[in-house]
Amino acid sequence: MSISRRGFLGAAGLSALALASKSTLDALGFEAAPQEPTSAAAGTRWAMVVDPRKCLDQGDCTKCIEACDYAHNVPHITNPAHEVKWIWKEPFEDAFPFLEVDYAPEAFREQPVMVLCNHCDNAPCVRVCPTQATWKRDDGIVMMDWHRCIGCRYCMAACPYGSRSFNWGDPRPAMASLNPDYPTRTKGVVEKCTFCEERLAVGQRPACVDACPARALVFGNLDDPEGEVRSLLRARFAVRRKAELGTGPAVYYLV
Amino acid sequence: MRDRYVILAALVLFFVLVTAPVWYARAAGEKAGGPDVKLPTQEKACVMPVDYMRTSHMDLLISWRERVVRENIRTWTAPDGTVYTVSLSGTCLKCHTNKAEFCDRCHDYAGVTPYCWDCHVDPAAIARSRP
Ligand code: HEC
Ligand code: HEC
Ligand code: HEC
Repeated sequence: MSISRRGFLGAAGLSALALASKSTLDALGFEAAPQEPTSAAAGTRWAMVVDPRKCLDQGDCTKCIEACDYAHNVPHITNPAHEVKWIWKEPFEDAFPFLEVDYAPEAFREQPVMVLCNHCDNAPCVRVCPTQATWKRDDGIVMMDWHRCIGCRYCMAACPYGSRSFNWGDPRPAMASLNPDYPTRTKGVVEKCTFCEERLAVGQRPACVDACPARALVFGNLDDPEGEVRSLLRARFAVRRKAELGTGPAVYYLV
Repeated sequence: MRDRYVILAALVLFFVLVTAPVWYARAAGEKAGGPDVKLPTQEKACVMPVDYMRTSHMDLLISWRERVVRENIRTWTAPDGTVYTVSLSGTCLKCHTNKAEFCDRCHDYAGVTPYCWDCHVDPAAIARSRP
């Protein structure tokens, strides 16, 4: 069979185009299917269940926030543009923008919900970090290596939950008391919740979970079918923040 | 040939002036040497042989850091079999309680400023600053 010069060039051009578009689509994040939480690595997948109702019953309680802030030396900066947050209250509407509840009473829409890093299965922040300062551990924790962070803030742009904060200045002056057991951060690095990996390592639960007087925060292993997290999720309906983005968040909110 | 003595005298003067700092230090009773670091009094030995520590403590610290942060292993076994918790503030500074007169003094002498303390806390310093 003979092939004309023109035919050959045409076929070559088309195949090149096909190859290029595949990698372009990949680069833009259009993967075949967003990964759902199926990771069964090593039998541990840390996750959290939040019961917003129990939390609301406590009124203005901020015990979990205080415990976390002290445990990790999180600064208190009043300027909202420079705030540093690991776990905080977000108005319902902003935490769940896609749960469109048109006729929900004003009062309900503005109720605060506890939010923190979702430790996603398919974490966008991990994908964009140029130095691997943030990565996914086998137990599901999206870990941060502050020694490697160069402060480029790509991760902050990638995170759909606003779970990451940047230190615009030296955070130390904004700390009421310094916990000597945990390092602070410094100007020019990003920080976020780590599911208290330093406490998990010594067999303790996260500081916020221990501090909650209403047990509105439950922490456990999602891969353990008999565990507290799984039994709660079996017993009640739960939603996750912006799960439709395909990030696979590991923080569940009971309805 | 007439100015031989002038030249010799100038040479002697030059030599004395150039070496003056040495004579001055001799006279003042100072002796040259490394920085005067304050070693722990309670403890006998460091986590590794002192020669290794003197030259390579920064390498050890970096490997400790990788261990904890990236591998999530929080203990380290010394060559002599002692098991230590891996922590810069909690372990090194537990023995070397006086960071200012140990780490800092030698670093000032050597002209290095590790940036670790921008984040890591010197427990003694906050105990002092606490009212
Ligand atoms: C940007 C802030 C920052 C800087 C700068 C920094 N560290 Fe850290 N480092 C941390 C944080 C936060 C942790 C805690 C991580 C954890 O507990 O999982 C840590 C943990 C460590 C650990 C293990 C646990 C511990 O508490 O000691 C070592 C060892 C360590 N760093 C060494 C160093 C050394 C050596 C330097 C300087 C060359 C340094 N770090 C500079 C933030 C920093
Ligand atoms: C168990 C207590 C102990 C711990 C923990 C310890 N040190 Fe030491 N260190 C000592 C003692 C004692 C000496 C003096 C040893 C000697 O002179 O033979 C020493 C000596 C040193 C020296 C050499 C000083 C000199 O004479 O020039 C350095 C540097 C040093 N330590 C750094 C560190 C670092 C860094 C760490 C943490 C990784 C650490 N040490 C942890 C007790 C300790
Ligand atoms: C005997 C002197 C001496 C003592 C004591 C000493 N250091 Fe050092 N340290 C040095 C020297 C010299 C360097 C620089 C080596 C180089 O640049 O190659 C250094 C470098 C370092 C570095 C790496 C800095 C960088 O920017 O790469 C760290 C971290 C460090 N020291 C930590 C400590 C800590 C913590 C202590 C106290 C527990 C300590 N050192 C005590 C001499 C000392």
